[in-house]
Amino acid sequence: MSLYFTKDHEWIRVEGDTATVGITDHAQHQLGDIVFAEAPEAGKTLDKGGEAAVVESVKAASDVYAPASGEVVEANPGIADDPSVINSDPEGEGWFFKLRLADPGELDGLMDEAAYRAWVETL
Amino acid sequence: MADVLDTPISTLPLDAWHRTRGGRMVPFAGYHMPVQYEGIIAEHRWTRAHAGLFDVSHMGQLMLRGPNVAQALETLLPGDITGLQPGRIRYSMLLNDSGGIIDDLMVTNVTPTGGEPAYYMVVNGATKAGDIADLRRRLPADIVIEHLEDRALLALQGPEAAAVVEQIWPGVGDEVAFMQGTSRDWEGVALGFGRSGYTGEDGYELSVPNSHAERLADLLTSDERVRPIGLGARDSLRLEAGLPLYGHDLDETTTPVMADLLFAVSKRRRSEGGFAGAERIQAELEQGSIQRRIGFTVDGRQPVREGARILDAEGNEVGRVTSGGFSPTLEAPIGMGYVATALAEPGTAVTLEQRGKLFQATVAAMPLVPHRYHRKGKSQ
Repeated sequence: MSLYFTKDHEWIRVEGDTATVGITDHAQHQLGDIVFAEAPEAGKTLDKGGEAAVVESVKAASDVYAPASGEVVEANPGIADDPSVINSDPEGEGWFFKLRLADPGELDGLMDEAAYRAWVETL
Repeated sequence: MADVLDTPISTLPLDAWHRTRGGRMVPFAGYHMPVQYEGIIAEHRWTRAHAGLFDVSHMGQLMLRGPNVAQALETLLPGDITGLQPGRIRYSMLLNDSGGIIDDLMVTNVTPTGGEPAYYMVVNGATKAGDIADLRRRLPADIVIEHLEDRALLALQGPEAAAVVEQIWPGVGDEVAFMQGTSRDWEGVALGFGRSGYTGEDGYELSVPNSHAERLADLLTSDERVRPIGLGARDSLRLEAGLPLYGHDLDETTTPVMADLLFAVSKRRRSEGGFAGAERIQAELEQGSIQRRIGFTVDGRQPVREGARILDAEGNEVGRVTSGGFSPTLEAPIGMGYVATALAEPGTAVTLEQRGKLFQATVAAMPLVPHRYHRKGKSQ
């Protein structure tokens, strides 16, 4: 199992050829109270860097981008029912969707956890 | 980044005070301002249940003095200023010659007994420089316009605000009701109280010298009923209360009639006219305006933001959303916008289009959350 991060503040946890995607603790903190989230439906094909999901706080709407290409195999129904779980547990229960990776090689350009946390400190 | 570099961001007297209390500072109206402390929803709910302290020092505080200043103001504002008694506050607006709104404002008659007429005016932060230039240009030269840059402005809002104020300054609560003002000497400085605000709750706006702003903020927040509240919750509170925000719901293309702010055009002035843009506004009063500001609720949970298109049943664009967000009180998306007047009736179904997605919405009577002002002669 490996965990990667993007500069757009998504995380992707890879297990075999599937991966779970969500937004980082830093991202939820910047957004503030999240009142709406919409994950892509199962079966949808995503391109790396393309719009994958929507997350809205009281203040503003944000896009969540696909950290890698692939087919959505599962959307998290929990975040639609209670979007505040993205605030309280962004890198756990607040995951957005699971993806069957088209090309695991795409992950090479992403940051590992230590690099991401260090980078966030500089923002 | 060019605009950030071109427009220096100024610091207000309570800047360090906000940062010490965990306020997240953002640029707003040319200043660093706290957008939130613990979180917008919690702060919003605290204000509706207890008392919230808002720093609104970015707003412009003006003092206008001089012979016949009320008559002079009536050439620019549609409100009854000559009939405004000392200690009374009125919501009004600065109009251009075609009846468009240059700014919305609060004006208080602060004429001392037997003294020279004086009017205290609070205008929006983003527009204050333009307002002052416009007033200077359009008012007679013998009217003195003073920009009170040495004063901060705090708003204490919520159902427990009056009890907090009464405990510190006994008598203020009985002395003034909604849209009335008074003053007190405090720690050697003059403190101005206006029982008004922009949340729909009972409360006060307190004008204080910059030198004493921190002490006043400390004193108010030493009461456990009071918490500091950021701009984020101020926006969601005023949206629920149906109160327009200048630059979003109001601008120079909207008139008081379009904006559904007829109460700001005083009865005497509707017939007499004599204010900037009166001809157009009188015509709109008689015939109706083409568009009207509305409030709405949205089905589902996704907020629909400023700029979204408003469509009628046939899919024709009939207006735009000017403010949109999530109501923590109603736990639903709400907003304001302008539509063709025929569609402005509460209960009318409209469709909103945002980023290619359609939302069902219903025109709703405003305020969306009832006001709880402390009006004289009425129980709370």
